[in-house]
Amino acid sequence: MPLNLELSEAPIRENRLGSVTGYNGTAGELCRRSREGTLRERERSFSQCATCASVTAICKLAMIRDAAVVNHGALGCAGDFANFNFVNRAGQARRGRPLRNANLINTNLLEHDIVFGGGEKLREAVREARERFSPRVIFITTSCASGIIGDDTAGIAEELEKELGLPVVPVSCEGFRSQIWASGFDAAYHAILRRVVKPPRQKRPDLVNVINFWGEDVFSELFGRLGLTPNYVVPFADIDQLERLSEAVATVQICPTLGTYLAAGLEERYGVPEVKVPPPYGRDAVDNWLRELGRVTGREKESEALIAEERARIAGELEELRGRLKGLRAFVAAGAVYGHSIVAVLKDLGLEVAGATVWHHDTRFDHGDPAGDTLDHLVRSHGDVAMSVCNKQSFELVNMLNRIRPDVFVVRHNGMSVWGAKLGIPTFLMGDEHFGVGYEGLLNYGHKILDAVGNPAFVRNLARHARLPYTDWWLRQDACAFMEDEP
Amino acid sequence: MSSVIEQPRHFCALGAGQSVVAIERAIPIVHAGPGCAGKLWAGLSFCNGFQGSGYAGGSAVPSTNTGEKEVVFGGEERLRGVIEGALRVMDADLFVVLTGCTSDIVGDDSAAVVGEYRAKGVPIVHAETGGFKGNTFQGHEILLKAVIEQFLEHGPQTVAGLVNVFASVPYLDPFWSGNLEAIRELLAGIGLEANILFGPGSGGVEAWQRIPAAQFTLVVSPWVGLAAAELIQERFGIPFLHYPVLPVGAVETGRFLEAVAGFAGLDAEKAGKFIRWEESRFYWYLERAADFLLEFRYDLPGRFVTVCDSIYGLGVSRFLVNDLGLLPGEQFVTDDPPVEYREGISRLFGSLAPGVSAPVTFTPDGGTVRARLLNTRHRQPPLIIGSSWDKDAAADLKGYQLSLSLPVTDRLVLDRSYVGYRGGLRLAEDIYASILGSYQ
Ligand code: SF4
Repeated sequence: MPLNLELSEAPIRENRLGSVTGYNGTAGELCRRSREGTLRERERSFSQCATCASVTAICKLAMIRDAAVVNHGALGCAGDFANFNFVNRAGQARRGRPLRNANLINTNLLEHDIVFGGGEKLREAVREARERFSPRVIFITTSCASGIIGDDTAGIAEELEKELGLPVVPVSCEGFRSQIWASGFDAAYHAILRRVVKPPRQKRPDLVNVINFWGEDVFSELFGRLGLTPNYVVPFADIDQLERLSEAVATVQICPTLGTYLAAGLEERYGVPEVKVPPPYGRDAVDNWLRELGRVTGREKESEALIAEERARIAGELEELRGRLKGLRAFVAAGAVYGHSIVAVLKDLGLEVAGATVWHHDTRFDHGDPAGDTLDHLVRSHGDVAMSVCNKQSFELVNMLNRIRPDVFVVRHNGMSVWGAKLGIPTFLMGDEHFGVGYEGLLNYGHKILDAVGNPAFVRNLARHARLPYTDWWLRQDACAFMEDEP
Repeated sequence: MSSVIEQPRHFCALGAGQSVVAIERAIPIVHAGPGCAGKLWAGLSFCNGFQGSGYAGGSAVPSTNTGEKEVVFGGEERLRGVIEGALRVMDADLFVVLTGCTSDIVGDDSAAVVGEYRAKGVPIVHAETGGFKGNTFQGHEILLKAVIEQFLEHGPQTVAGLVNVFASVPYLDPFWSGNLEAIRELLAGIGLEANILFGPGSGGVEAWQRIPAAQFTLVVSPWVGLAAAELIQERFGIPFLHYPVLPVGAVETGRFLEAVAGFAGLDAEKAGKFIRWEESRFYWYLERAADFLLEFRYDLPGRFVTVCDSIYGLGVSRFLVNDLGLLPGEQFVTDDPPVEYREGISRLFGSLAPGVSAPVTFTPDGGTVRARLLNTRHRQPPLIIGSSWDKDAAADLKGYQLSLSLPVTDRLVLDRSYVGYRGGLRLAEDIYASILGSYQ
């Protein structure tokens, strides 16, 4: 289904992509039922805290170098400001840029505002943002409170845009609207596509948009060999870079769960082709992805040469790693497609993947092309794997880990790895999403896993002294006992 | 003064969920949107000395994750489901249901739902902490009140020498657990048993149930915790001592212990012996530092500026003035104290030591602080004691900076304490480590 950028807000994933947060079975089954359109949400009667769209929207917008974000909500919604500020400073430091705090303001809604409306505070906050940061664009992210009391964020944004003479862009990311926190990425991209990106002034045949978080710059080297240059977005970019997203020759992303909306929007509106095949994690996927990138950018020969060279380069080391990793059992917990990617990498390295859980599942992507079905690709090239969908429900995770007792637990979301450690399982959080990219990424993972299992002293000691906050009754139940049956 | 907040140094009332996490074997149940508990954990715990999940914080917090359905049709059924589940899945001695913006705006009767379970004998308490009801300090007070009113019972015999302590706010103060332990040790030094209620070894619900058995309650803070002490007095007839300044360093700690000993009716000589012993140790180290303090050839800070909540602001500035002989610049109080306490706080800043006073600005907005700092003429590089947000201002002013107030993202905090004699020495070490580090 094409995106509708005329709408004031992006439809949430439940409605747009048929996404769910509850499932238990296998990857193959999940894939089949997604295609057939028979997958239904399984809600939980008991749940633990998840994450909301406000987090993911702010995550995308807070690090734009010359923008400001006004978070319109109670002060708790600003709970992640310091976190994104930290990520931002770390990113600036790594990129050799001067360290500066991120431009973030919260409207601090209080009882009075809930009763009489928060419009005045919103106006004040936007004016203050202009005064304090001199940004090129001000984004307003909404919250549960501002949404429920019905503040006219869009109207106020329009009014202030005229008053201040710069784009003031509303981003609709109320936490209660979607149980799929990735809906907040889409909300941010929708705002960027609608209000920031400009028609191309001049096409740039070497420029490839890379939709990512904050990973190390691994694409410059890889792309350089194809005569291409990466344009990382959205974190650490500036408005000028975002305005010119339309000029690129192609868009790739480290994970379509993250960038499906932006990539599809750029293709639909500006004809920037999206590389739709599964992202470059695991040897086959990397081959496939480089081929497709070569085709889209007219560099077929170069990409074939690159594939051959790289495969030859890593062959010896990969074999050796496989030998050393043989027999290890892993468990993976990560966000949707990123989870599929890690499973592919681990299987490529010869590990047994004893199970995986992904934070949600999208039954399709915005581009609608079945060639981009990462799960299908995973099952076809690596066989089936036990898979559940759980939106960061650590009680289910602990239950599964306790039962499966893998040799290594690979996580991608903060606040989750500690549960593996408390069970004495060598665990690592992969914070850098580029760590596993490409051929070298495969080797990276291999070494990382060997390191993780190489000295389990810390987790073993921790497990001896830690108490889990779960009852014995719970640990004996099926991990999905609280998932309701499909309607 | 702006009413919006840049660089937040506390969050909303729902942050009190972290105070629940700080009670041993207690578990919060959050009736709020899907992101609230996680955001508050990020802000109050992770980005505040990397304090971590603890027993059942972080991703373990039960939450109703209110969605469109609950907003439109009400969330009471959903809350029941999550409570039922929590009772079976989670292993706790006490549950506290805390409400957020969504449920409080749509008007769920969460108190009634929780009451149903309490009536069945479940140890469960309800705190109305919708984000817009106030800041985290106020949320903490709402929580204290809720537990005292809904969980404590009359009955236990008064235990002579037992003292309920309300001081550092858990998690919000990154050094809370170390500080509370330090207060316990100080009180033990003069022969009292502190009931510190939060943190390792505090005793969990048993400690809370002992509140009515205390000889008195001690509030060490300009205002936070006072309402709880008053409530305890009202309900259980237990008197309280309000000591508004966090005792950091020898001068204030001596005064503090004398005040406590006096209030407790202890033998002055016994308390005096402990004070003298600790003082002699303190001055042994301070004397050693004198060569460095007097002879360091490069810049030492001119004036110091605190950008802290009123608990730290007063404690730290008194220490710097009285024990280290520094002089204050402007002091920023970030915890938005209720208006009725502001005059008292200003007065205390006005008399840091004989003849030494500091101007105070009350603002929770870091942007206001930054603007004032950058618009002030500093004759020498200032020392800014605040949070990680203040690094930019310190750099712009070529000053020195130490983070001890939320957010703290440049330090890992374990059991460090800035309270008492030893806490004062720690603070001196940390301040000069930061200054010396800038030359390396
Ligand atoms: S769920 Fe709603 S109130 Fe909670 S943090 Fe997200 S936007 Fe804010």
